[in-house]
Amino acid sequence: MQQTRSVELGTGLFVLLGFAALFFLTTQTVGSNSFSADDGYEVTARFENVGSLKDRAPVAMSGVTIGRVTSVVFDPEGLEAVVTFVIDQKYDRIPEDSDASILTAGLLGSQYIGLEAGGSDMNLEDGSEIHFTQSAIVIENLISKYLFSNSSKDEEE
Amino acid sequence: MIRDIYQTVMEFVRTFGAFQLFFLRLVINSPYVLTRRFPLVVQQIFNAGALSLVIIMVCGLFVGGVLGLQGYNNLAKFNAEDSVGTFAAFSLIKELGPVITALLFAGRAGTALASEIGLMKATDQLAAMEMMATDPLRRVIVPRFLGGSISMPFLVAIFSVVGMFGAHVIGVSLLGVDSGAFWQQLRTALEIGDIYEGIIKSVVFGLVASVIAVWEGYNAIPTAEGVGRATTRTVVITAMAVLILDFIITALAM
Repeated sequence: MQQTRSVELGTGLFVLLGFAALFFLTTQTVGSNSFSADDGYEVTARFENVGSLKDRAPVAMSGVTIGRVTSVVFDPEGLEAVVTFVIDQKYDRIPEDSDASILTAGLLGSQYIGLEAGGSDMNLEDGSEIHFTQSAIVIENLISKYLFSNSSKDEEE
Repeated sequence: MIRDIYQTVMEFVRTFGAFQLFFLRLVINSPYVLTRRFPLVVQQIFNAGALSLVIIMVCGLFVGGVLGLQGYNNLAKFNAEDSVGTFAAFSLIKELGPVITALLFAGRAGTALASEIGLMKATDQLAAMEMMATDPLRRVIVPRFLGGSISMPFLVAIFSVVGMFGAHVIGVSLLGVDSGAFWQQLRTALEIGDIYEGIIKSVVFGLVASVIAVWEGYNAIPTAEGVGRATTRTVVITAMAVLILDFIITALAM
């Protein structure tokens, strides 16, 4: 009897420990992307070039994450990339003429959308589109610009 | 010569088929054992799971520590040592956790299962049960199979968490990576799908490791040598099966 009790106790402890570990893995190691399409509003923006922006990339304002990218698609009509993102319902007072640019976190980090507040009295709402956008900076373009500007200088000399 | 090859191949296919049928019989008998003979399953979870905790936790701690050291040293070349947590978490949760736990499980619990069942067979205990109208499959084999299969996912989760703790000790406490950066980078990089991939792997490996162990024990030649050989085969076959399945699951999850 005593032996059965200790076996049951050991098994119970083991299983509890296992569940605790699973709980830790599923809640503590995964990013807290608490907002989904339900508790936020959708905004679109068109970009000439999105660089390597991906789904679920953060949308930040003044460095604070306020939303997430839900889709990045190419629009064959306008020949532009259309990025749809969801902004948390808490932030419902963002001026309609705010501008969106694609930025990079750190030198080699992943890309995200940075919003810069405008001055309009109207606010962004579900389905609205951001008209002022700035494309991602592609390093190859920068390098080629630098190279060409250098070579043109050389010619002048 | 060709005849020999033909016979070897046919024998292999036959064994493989018998193995599938055996697995099917275990699965069919599982609901009965889970509902009517649950104390037997608890006993086996204790044997396969709780008694493996020490080896799993010690190994997890050191694997995590190695990931911390290697990750830090290699990432430091790119000035990205803050990503050491991401590196360790990805390696542990998706690959090393399930695979190393399955290999340790085969060595610690699988061999015990195979030799125990093999010895029962060698000493005619299984035949004696049949004489007493007790199905040895339900009384001995299925509880051990279920005990192993249920224990594995928990062992894998514990291994991964202890491993991340090990990486944290090395990376943050010893090498001075910022604790906030360690966790923040890890949280933005990991997705729930990565965790599910690890859990699916652990469930599959648990089933495979357990069924191979009881199969080898159940079909052991009932001599001292036969039981020894069954124990060896358990480890060898489990290791191969786990590594091959790991590749297949990873390829499917991409």
